Amino acid sequence: MDAAVMVSVILSICAAATPLLIAATGELVVERAGVLNLGVEGMMIMGAVAGFSVAQYTGSAYLGAIGGIVVGALFSQLFAFLTLTLVANQVATGLALTILGLGLSGMIGEGFVGQPGIKMSAIYIPILTDLPLVGRLLFGQDPLFYVSILLVIGVTWFLFKTHAGLMLRSVGDNHGSANALGIPVIRIRYMAVGFGGACAGLAGAHLSLVQVPQWVEGMTAGKGWIALALVVFASWRPGRVLIGAYLFGAVTLAQFHAQATGVAIPAQFLSSLPYLATIIVLVLIARNRRMTMINTPASLGQPFVPDR
Amino acid sequence: MIIQLEKRPQRSALLSILSPFIALGLTLVAGAIMFSLLGKNPFQALYTYFVQPLTDPWTREQIIIKATPLILIASGLAVCFRSSNWNIGAEGQYLIGGMFGAMIPVYFNEWSGFAVLPLILIMGMIGGALYAFIPAILKSRFGTNEILTSLMLVYVAQQLVDWLVRGPWRNPQGFGFPGTKEFNDSAVLPPLWESGDAHYGAAFAVVAVIVMWFVLSRTLKGFEVTVLGESPRAGRFAGFDSKKMTVFAFLVSGALAGLAGIAEVSGSAEKLDDKLSLGYGFAAIIVAFLGRLNPLGILAAGLILALSYIGGEEAQISMGISDRATRVFQGLLLFFVLASDTLIHYKIKLARRLPAAGGA
Amino acid sequence: MAQDSANIAGEGGVLLTASGITKIFGELKANDNVDLTVNKGEIHALLGENGAGKSTLVKILFGSLQPTEGQIEWEGRAVTIPSPGAARTLGIGMVFQHFSLFDALTVAENIALSLGSNTPIDEIGEAARKLSNEYGLPLDPDAHVGDLSVGERQRIEIIRCLLQDPALIILDEPTSVLTPQEADKLFETLERLAGEGRSILYISHRLEEVQRLCSRATILRHGRVVDACDPRDETAASLASKMVGEEIDVVHREGTSSAESDILLSVQNLSMSFENPFSVALKEISLDVRAGEIIGIAGVAGNGQSEFFNAVSGEDVHESADSVSILGTKAGRMDISQRRNLGAAFVPEERLGHGAVPTLSLSDNLLLARHACEDDGFTSGGLKTISARSVRSRSEKIIKDMDVRMSGVNPPANALSGGNLQKFIVGRELDREPRVLVVNQPTWGVDAGAAAKIRQALIDLAERGSAIVVISQDLDEIFEVSDRIAVMADGRLSAPEAASGMTRERIGLLMAGMDGAAGGAAA
Repeated sequence: MDAAVMVSVILSICAAATPLLIAATGELVVERAGVLNLGVEGMMIMGAVAGFSVAQYTGSAYLGAIGGIVVGALFSQLFAFLTLTLVANQVATGLALTILGLGLSGMIGEGFVGQPGIKMSAIYIPILTDLPLVGRLLFGQDPLFYVSILLVIGVTWFLFKTHAGLMLRSVGDNHGSANALGIPVIRIRYMAVGFGGACAGLAGAHLSLVQVPQWVEGMTAGKGWIALALVVFASWRPGRVLIGAYLFGAVTLAQFHAQATGVAIPAQFLSSLPYLATIIVLVLIARNRRMTMINTPASLGQPFVPDR
Repeated sequence: MIIQLEKRPQRSALLSILSPFIALGLTLVAGAIMFSLLGKNPFQALYTYFVQPLTDPWTREQIIIKATPLILIASGLAVCFRSSNWNIGAEGQYLIGGMFGAMIPVYFNEWSGFAVLPLILIMGMIGGALYAFIPAILKSRFGTNEILTSLMLVYVAQQLVDWLVRGPWRNPQGFGFPGTKEFNDSAVLPPLWESGDAHYGAAFAVVAVIVMWFVLSRTLKGFEVTVLGESPRAGRFAGFDSKKMTVFAFLVSGALAGLAGIAEVSGSAEKLDDKLSLGYGFAAIIVAFLGRLNPLGILAAGLILALSYIGGEEAQISMGISDRATRVFQGLLLFFVLASDTLIHYKIKLARRLPAAGGA
Repeated sequence: MAQDSANIAGEGGVLLTASGITKIFGELKANDNVDLTVNKGEIHALLGENGAGKSTLVKILFGSLQPTEGQIEWEGRAVTIPSPGAARTLGIGMVFQHFSLFDALTVAENIALSLGSNTPIDEIGEAARKLSNEYGLPLDPDAHVGDLSVGERQRIEIIRCLLQDPALIILDEPTSVLTPQEADKLFETLERLAGEGRSILYISHRLEEVQRLCSRATILRHGRVVDACDPRDETAASLASKMVGEEIDVVHREGTSSAESDILLSVQNLSMSFENPFSVALKEISLDVRAGEIIGIAGVAGNGQSEFFNAVSGEDVHESADSVSILGTKAGRMDISQRRNLGAAFVPEERLGHGAVPTLSLSDNLLLARHACEDDGFTSGGLKTISARSVRSRSEKIIKDMDVRMSGVNPPANALSGGNLQKFIVGRELDREPRVLVVNQPTWGVDAGAAAKIRQALIDLAERGSAIVVISQDLDEIFEVSDRIAVMADGRLSAPEAASGMTRERIGLLMAGMDGAAGGAAA
């Protein structure tokens, strides 16, 4: 494989991995706070449609991305209200968020189907971007790629180096104890869910502004669910989410690559690859049950009602 | 002002009956707001959605047809959800059920006689059950998260069926359209009444509801389902095995989803094509919760959801409302159902924030 | 007010006054017009039964709950305490009964959380290490709490509290999880703290230690203050009657000689390890229980008692059939239903969520433990249809026999008080006249009346010729009911010894893992 092909392969892996990485990192924070939000797919698709439509109206892909963040965060608050204030079942409510998000985005995006979108272009820094090989990889990707890397670093720092991060982890480990110490369990969880929603929204905007600058109904196609699987795969560690997202990016790419080389594998089999890979990865991870048990935030998915 | 919950000493029996109705009421209000925002007359829209389809015999029959797969799938999901096995891949089990059943007419297209139809239906149930067995065995053997695996398998099933109807199973005389040959008459599920569209699947749905109701409410198996769902640890103390329950629940719901799939294929389309996946497996989740995981409730809930589908089609034709509004409606309905369930266990109070910090 | 109390205390006056504290939860008055005064430098006992309102009162003082009515004064100044943070700022520290610790975090992180400051973790860890050594309670700030023993966890709570230099330290039932030796060590620390001029509010229902440690006591019953006195002027009996308010039947035990009777339950060389990383592995446990005797198994929580219970009950099935024998039948590989059918019965530690499904009715919870018992006839036919009527009438009989008090007909388990639910759960098993009964923590969190009733029922069953194992953290209970006593420590069980020859000190040594062979002479 010559170097230029290699660079383009890596660039495509980055493009496929970035939305998974952003959404999974957001969900990781939510789960570290003890909340299981299965609505990532729904928040992501809302972010995708919001990103696309804001970009259409304003003409700016950057404003589109911000639109995705805002809508994702707002949409997540529906889930937060139901599960945190009304203590509804988190699994069922997450599903509801996904079902509603898919329906609502379809309705909002109806007028945009088939319209050409506005693409967020890759950055260009004279000289640096033109460097051979590493130039495009390090200095010539789309801005959200850099955001995703900074996000992982920032979340790692926040969770393990700040007092607020410590409070968030304590709430996920034992909400009863946290409450007894006067840590505002519910407020922290609202904020965590909002952050997760913002990330999912941004990840969705990446799809409709970077990957395929278009609106296609249901365009997330299970990526939100794969992001959820990545959090389990990573045993709730941000660094491992990064590794997982790039592995999945590579699997997705293998699919396009095999198609391009004209190997006689039905397209449908290749399209199933990321889903099958997710299942296999989940099985491999679950076999090490001891590790999963140690790493899972202990109050994940548990309802919490404080005494008054 | 903040919302505070106060636990009731006992769950409220009255509200557990009322809560689905409260949810329906709230959904109607939200729907009216949504239609006003879309610039439609909300009263006319709601009428078109929820009353008009009931006034016409043809649409009434359509409601039954739509409700059939929803009720079949949801009554299986009730077993899963009650026992805390989160099977959200019913859509995949429904597709594979349709595919398995279609194998016989595809490979033995000329075969006719009595035996064909029962065999096809049983094949459909086996297909759905086998496909549900995958997440079940992964969960019980390895502890793999069944929510994610069962959902991933939906995408795989969609690709598999798509490949079959465009590839090896495609009807050579089908003008290039994806789909198998039409089934012969012995492989077609007959209509319930002469010249009607509603097929025997509807009868299966009613039988499934009655059987599931009896099992869940009157037998030890049903008790086991409830106990393991409420408290796995207490279930172990009772001598119940939650791993076996996982397999049982998935097999039952997979078989019923498979039956729904093959009933659609054999009763409505009369062939396997690329239009089988319509999201019934996901809508059935809403039906299951709206019916409070009780098969009798699910029967009613399935009809209500089917009404919203048919009403949505009517509203699209007569008022130009997007058919996507139906899915928004259904999503809102599930939200309100889950929110209303809080009332069963808690009193909701509005309170001022706590007094501000004084001495400290 | 300050002038008055200076005479009483003689040590620098009143620190805290709570007056007219009332707290209402729904229909329950948890605190009813409670008055409490704590002087500077005193160790003040808050005495009361389970459910008397002690925990509610201290949660109000610590800002976790807000009183419905009432005032609090701190050093003569009226204050409100809206949050635990505010309590800490005032100078109130708390050591919880159910520790408010985080297993997944380190000791230093746990401490940092309650300090609520932005001091770097390393500095906090260093300060904790220094302070813990100073008080003779050594702690490793980098250890994960999940790996620590119960005694070490309590040290974290105490050090966490002391780092804030509190004027008042509240301890909620601190000795319930300690060995007798650890408890002695704690008392020394508390006396030292009082000597430094700090006040201590000591919550307990154990009279002996209150009399030993405290100079004043406030006694609560049903949410009201019934007396404030000097516990050293009282007898244990007079304190008990103030606490309980009614005569409690003394548990009556006839001496039985069981040396010659049949072995009904036999555990041989039982070793088990578990997938769950938080479980304690069982190591070569052997135990024979004869007809007519009660064996008490003492031990600090978390030393393998629950694992042992699950192994004997068949919730965890062993690979060797010989490991457990019930009435002579090898049952190691049988599940819990098969073991029940051999004549065994089991009462687990946790009532809600193990012994009973919280949301299900009492009759459903009867079916829970009895559906497989062949002679009950609660189910019939190949479909195992449930006969709701026969389950209901049997559950009504148990409710009557055990004097279970409740509101409503056939309420869900979580609507009953701890004592009443426990009576039902024990009654559910006694009703079968089991030949073998294994009970884990029979009266944990149960009021004195129900506890006495349950203990008497166990003794009566033994006298009718059944073999009984009582696993308990409560040494008083162990001594009250047992013929022989064994101690569980770190997954091992000491050889049972006659209760008459056992002392608390010897049990304490066995709890600390000192081997029986060495300890025999030492005790």
